[in-house]
Amino acid sequence: MSSLVGKSLTAGYGGADIINNISLIINEGEIAVIVGPNGAGKSTVMKSLLGMLSLTEGTVFFSNKEITKMLPQDRVKLGIAFVPQNQNVFTGMTVEENLEMGGFLRQDNIFETIEEIYHLFPVLKEKRHQHVGELSGGQRQQVAFGRALMTKPKILMLDEPTAGVSPIVMDELFSRIIEVGKTGVGILMVEQNAKQALAIADRGYVLVNGKNNREGTGKDLLNNPEVRKSFLGG
Amino acid sequence: MIDIFNAIVLLTNFIFIPAITYGSQLALGALGITFIYGILRFANFSHGEFMSFGAMSCILVTWFFQSNNINLGYLPTALLALPFAILSTIILSLLFNKFVFSYYRIQRSAPVVIAMASIGVMFVINAIIRIVIGPNDIKFFDGQKFIIKAKQFKNMTGLSEGLALKSTQVITVFITIFLLFLVFWFLQKTKTGKSMRAFSDNEDLALLSGINPSKVVFITWLIVGTLACVAGTLYGLDKGYKPFTYLGLVLPIFAAAIVGGIGNPIGAVVGGYTIAFSEIMITYAYKKFFKYLLPESLEPTGMIQLLSTDYKFAVSFTILVIVLLVRPSGIFKGRTL
Repeated sequence: MSSLVGKSLTAGYGGADIINNISLIINEGEIAVIVGPNGAGKSTVMKSLLGMLSLTEGTVFFSNKEITKMLPQDRVKLGIAFVPQNQNVFTGMTVEENLEMGGFLRQDNIFETIEEIYHLFPVLKEKRHQHVGELSGGQRQQVAFGRALMTKPKILMLDEPTAGVSPIVMDELFSRIIEVGKTGVGILMVEQNAKQALAIADRGYVLVNGKNNREGTGKDLLNNPEVRKSFLGG
Repeated sequence: MIDIFNAIVLLTNFIFIPAITYGSQLALGALGITFIYGILRFANFSHGEFMSFGAMSCILVTWFFQSNNINLGYLPTALLALPFAILSTIILSLLFNKFVFSYYRIQRSAPVVIAMASIGVMFVINAIIRIVIGPNDIKFFDGQKFIIKAKQFKNMTGLSEGLALKSTQVITVFITIFLLFLVFWFLQKTKTGKSMRAFSDNEDLALLSGINPSKVVFITWLIVGTLACVAGTLYGLDKGYKPFTYLGLVLPIFAAAIVGGIGNPIGAVVGGYTIAFSEIMITYAYKKFFKYLLPESLEPTGMIQLLSTDYKFAVSFTILVIVLLVRPSGIFKGRTL
């Protein structure tokens, strides 16, 4: 079974460290969620797991193999996919071309996977030949999600997948995320909508000021009075 | 009635055919600029010298063939030499990529810094060319010069205006159409071409999709070297080769790329023809044209020429300024391939 493990991660963007001694684990088939206030370093955790910034301390393991020094591209090859929060699609290309680019590294037939993604997001099939720049925010998120799935990842990291979409689309996206999780992909999410995210999470992490504040199952955190008071609005 | 035909033939001969030819050469040049800008994100001022180097290589190989009595009969020997010239231009561009441009790319230098470095590269290539072949005018066209001669045309049609069609003009247009077709097919239909568009669209996401940046850069120089060599050779074949003119060509080529929307390949092509037609139409003397069309009493006395041909670069410069003021992103929205 594949798992992505970060051990006592400490990292920043050149200046002071943004995250400090953070440990977390994502197992295949599980949904893990990082919640916390703005500026807590949630996205930074993901970027350091992918190697997009270098760690000052800590180690990253993938399926018990250390990958701390590996380039992001090579981690993608191992089966770790990442959907950034912004600029997560090729706006000048069509929906189908975006998906094809997602499967760039694969040598096998990618069109089966494309069909699967169209099955998951029927609206994308309708708009397959349209430029992604012309799509709505929610549809773009679906393209971004689909592009990442094209790599057939074992671990999928989503940075605020529901940022800036309507509540209806948000529910829709959450149910798709659960569906993908059921197929055996491990999912790590950073979310602003903490309540909904924790409700579907097997594992939750609360981040405050770049530090692990609390961790537990999604339900535990939801029912924890302190967490409720500080992050979930009572 | 005959006068109308004469007027049409006059314009075809002096505006349409030359502008299509010149426009094709500019389009190929601008396409090279656009590729570099779209993928490597800098304005490559050395592109004119890459074109010049391509033409020079072609001349050297042509001389070699000529001295060994190898030729193509009706067609210019330069066409036979072209593949070798393309190869040498590609090697030159890969060398400059390795020793100059890749350093700045890895340092993630600001685009303006790389553009300045490209000016340095421009001077270096320019010096190499002058050392190798000298600064003089060189005509390297051989084979049959005209497809239709002006006199033949007059005899054939009985019109008093002649129409000349040079073989270099036809060759230029055919090679341009072929190359443009190839480039657009490559970008739209092949996996590698699509990955280049993806890289140009969103570099970080391209990395996350596993697209190898060094391969994209390598192929970019391959294409740019080819386009530069062909554009330079066609220009030299048509108008005679003189190293100095390529220094001046950079302006209309940049104007073409920017007018069309720098970074957009279709824009580069449209921009090339736009600049060529404007330059030629504005500097042409229309006296004869109006003579055919207007009654004798209204005949113009002056040349009816908006600008002297000496000012033709001013035309592209003016268009450039207007576009930058009115629509900085160009006719087609530039930025990505």
